[in-house]
Amino acid sequence: MNLNDFLLMRHELLLTALIIAALFYEIFASNKARKNAVIFNIVLFALITLAGFLPVSTGELFGGSFHNSQLTALLKNILNIGTLIILFQSAAWLKKPENETKILEYFILIYSSLIGMQFMISSGDFLIFYIGLELATIPVAALSAFEKFKKKSAEAGIKLILNSALSSGILLYGLSMIFGSTGSVYFTDVAAAFNGNSVQIIGLIFFIVGMGFKMSLVPFHLWTADVYEGSPVSITSFLSVISKGAASFIFIIILYTVMKTSSALWKDLLYVLSILTMTIGNLFALRQNNLKRFLAFSSIAQAGFILLGILGGNQMGMTAVFYFALIYIFTNLGAFGVVAVISNTTGKEEITDYNGLYRTNPLLSLTMMLALFSLAGIPPVAGFFGKFFLFTAAASNDSVKYYILVLIAVLNATISLYYYLRVVKAMFIDKSDHPIEKFKSDIYSKIGIVLCVAGIFIIGFASLIYEYIYQFSIGL
Amino acid sequence: MNILNLFVIIPLLTIFGILFTKGLKGARVVSAIGMGIQLILAIVLAVWVHHLRKSGVTDEILFMTDYVWFPSLNIHYLIGVDGISSSMILLTAIVVFAGIFASWEMEDLQREFFISLILLATGVFGFFISLDLFTLFLFYELAVIPMYLLIGIWGTGPKEYSAMKLTLMLMAGSAILLVGVFGLYFNSAGPDGQLTFSIPALARLDIPKNIQMFFFPFLFVGFGVLGALFPFHTWSPDGHASAPTAVSMLHAGVLMKLGGYGCFKIAMYLLPEAANEMAWIFIILTTISVVYGAFGAIWQKDLKYINAYSSVSHCGLVLFALLMMNRTAMNGAILQMISHGLMTALFFALIGMIYGRTHTRYINQMSGLMKVIPFIAVVYVIAGLASLGLPGLSGFVAEMTIFVGAFQHPDVFHRVATILATTAIVVTAVYILRVVGQFLLGQIKDPHHEELTDAKWWEKLSLVSLLLPIAGIGMLPLWLSNTIFDGLKPIVEQFTMLLP
Repeated sequence: MNLNDFLLMRHELLLTALIIAALFYEIFASNKARKNAVIFNIVLFALITLAGFLPVSTGELFGGSFHNSQLTALLKNILNIGTLIILFQSAAWLKKPENETKILEYFILIYSSLIGMQFMISSGDFLIFYIGLELATIPVAALSAFEKFKKKSAEAGIKLILNSALSSGILLYGLSMIFGSTGSVYFTDVAAAFNGNSVQIIGLIFFIVGMGFKMSLVPFHLWTADVYEGSPVSITSFLSVISKGAASFIFIIILYTVMKTSSALWKDLLYVLSILTMTIGNLFALRQNNLKRFLAFSSIAQAGFILLGILGGNQMGMTAVFYFALIYIFTNLGAFGVVAVISNTTGKEEITDYNGLYRTNPLLSLTMMLALFSLAGIPPVAGFFGKFFLFTAAASNDSVKYYILVLIAVLNATISLYYYLRVVKAMFIDKSDHPIEKFKSDIYSKIGIVLCVAGIFIIGFASLIYEYIYQFSIGL
Repeated sequence: MNILNLFVIIPLLTIFGILFTKGLKGARVVSAIGMGIQLILAIVLAVWVHHLRKSGVTDEILFMTDYVWFPSLNIHYLIGVDGISSSMILLTAIVVFAGIFASWEMEDLQREFFISLILLATGVFGFFISLDLFTLFLFYELAVIPMYLLIGIWGTGPKEYSAMKLTLMLMAGSAILLVGVFGLYFNSAGPDGQLTFSIPALARLDIPKNIQMFFFPFLFVGFGVLGALFPFHTWSPDGHASAPTAVSMLHAGVLMKLGGYGCFKIAMYLLPEAANEMAWIFIILTTISVVYGAFGAIWQKDLKYINAYSSVSHCGLVLFALLMMNRTAMNGAILQMISHGLMTALFFALIGMIYGRTHTRYINQMSGLMKVIPFIAVVYVIAGLASLGLPGLSGFVAEMTIFVGAFQHPDVFHRVATILATTAIVVTAVYILRVVGQFLLGQIKDPHHEELTDAKWWEKLSLVSLLLPIAGIGMLPLWLSNTIFDGLKPIVEQFTMLLP
């Protein structure tokens, strides 16, 4: 391998180096030095995130198994940014006495999962794709059970690992059929040989089902709420934002490149899945009282909206998906950031606990409100732009069928506004005898939340970002 | 720099200024200054537009500025005004200005109140200057956040229920609207194949009739929800009754006009053939709105509900007149928007002041108020007379023009609808006079009402700023109707081509 080959794998190699550094830190650092583990990791990871934005070299490695392009580099950067914010938000929680001994494990597991996602995005064949997917999932299961003495956390870990094992099985079965029928695992060869015969169709369906589990589409979403509720807040946000984002990135790329000849079929499938996911996710979210469960169901509904962009089937659609994912990272992390801060300080996670929050903690309430309105897709915050472009992409099919889909989607956005407003109502309108008291949050959480708020405001209006993504996106 | 940008920038600066104030005094002074400047600007704009027209400028749209925003989707920040939108901007500026003074003595979370109120106004100003459907929709939706909070936090009565109902119904309306917007966008490919959201460009296109027929209902109903089109008007009575004074003023006075303006400027202007074809359905619905709203108002005992139902009736009349599709009726419709906007804002301001004194809005619990609060009572009577269409006030000009225009249609259907709609005038007279008789005239029943004090200076300022234009339009309607006429020209031309 020469230098250029190393540069191609820059994201992955830097992360690997960071993992090794963290391992050595764990082994050799004195107890006193361990106290600085959080700042050590955040600073280094921030540097890696910045390094991701250096000019990209493009090309393939290992006979086409791994490739790097402007697009994949962009997606990896998006994931890095999201992870960085999560690291900021988890600092306070990691510094609690019960977690202090496990700080570096936390970081190493997160990095491993992230490396898996980056390989998955850069994969040029189904093997690397599958290995990346597994590497992305298994560490998260360990992270879900991070607070293993809490029953719910342990349960979340088991549920996640069992469900992902099942879904990986289905996915792998589908991939084996595609391999059997086309005779290759390389994306380019498979795409050339993909003619839509029945074996390939079954393979395609299994592939969609498997990815449906990862993206928690209805009816494969049943694990989501329990896992989200049981996991520590920062892992819940990692699952709902980064894992879901990475899965939808590779999902759309494979559908658009490898399986484009069967687009009529998968479009019909996704059409139904999208309506189911939006509607059922929303209907379940209406009745939730625990904020983590509430955000879990809301994130299921959001996945349904992401499918709208995939259904666009053109450059506009792919751009809308990536752009929405970027916005969604900032938005959802904003909401989770507030939940995390309050949960760490007071241990409260119910919606009714937030009654009267505005009068005691106005800035947190405002952040939460902005994030929720962004999730609902109300201007001037970025969520409006993201949703609008997803709807535009779906409508670009310009047929009655898709206008109906858009109508259902927009009505779903209206339903979602109802439950987002419930939280706003609790914070701003309802009065409480025992509101959460005024408190000061730590510097890391503040940085995390400020980053999110800035993103929520800027990304929408800055058309540059949209156009930047657009030039690297592809259509069917 | 385009003067129109200031209409968005000044409210935003005002909001920014309020952030640095402490307590009620600072917030209200900054708001009053900001909205005062806005009012002056709006007057300058209206006079300027009038002057340009007089000096023979015939461009369809004045002060047009175009910035490309999202090049790949061809989304622009395209702004400009014509006679109609400049009049609507003036209306908005007056109502917001009066609203600030009507909320001079807020009690709770004052800074937040003024910020939300001005943010709401920003959305409205932005809506009226936008000529690109994307920007227009953005500004339209911008009103959602402040609206919910304003009613939910500072409202009265079943405020949480009303706020939720209003927000969700209007969101559902904009959901329907959005489908129509996409329909326009994806059928807008010109010779160069470029899709566009720009209203002037869309107006030049010849969209096939079957596509027009499919999307017209989405656009018309989508805006119609906000314009209280029957049967989608149910948010209006609850919402207006629960909202705090300034919000009722702004919502009934201006936001409902967004619906009428959108129906006219987007649905009918861009899809004229479908509008012509489907008008009969909506004429039936709007006739029901007009009559039902008026009868609804008769049975109410709560002053705010009376006015809210009367708004349903009057806004129904706006849509009714638009659908008559001739120059006179449409001119009347726009006049009615402005006249009703001022009138209803005046009513809500008065009701807020009365409620602040008597702590009741039920007409049977008050009587003889004319003796103790003569200024407020007299203004109430004048507003009532304007509402029932007394010559010399704005209501007469608007309704007269509408019915003259509507009656120009020779066929039975239009005539019957017009005759039915005119009954609303009589019914309006019934409920206005009944209300005035019950709670303003007669003897004072409740001894607590003996000690009420009349309007303070800020209340007088708020009322007078609304009363002056009402009388002004009533006395000198020609300058306004000339200004409106220029804006109407392109759309009227479209319809005269279609109609035999």
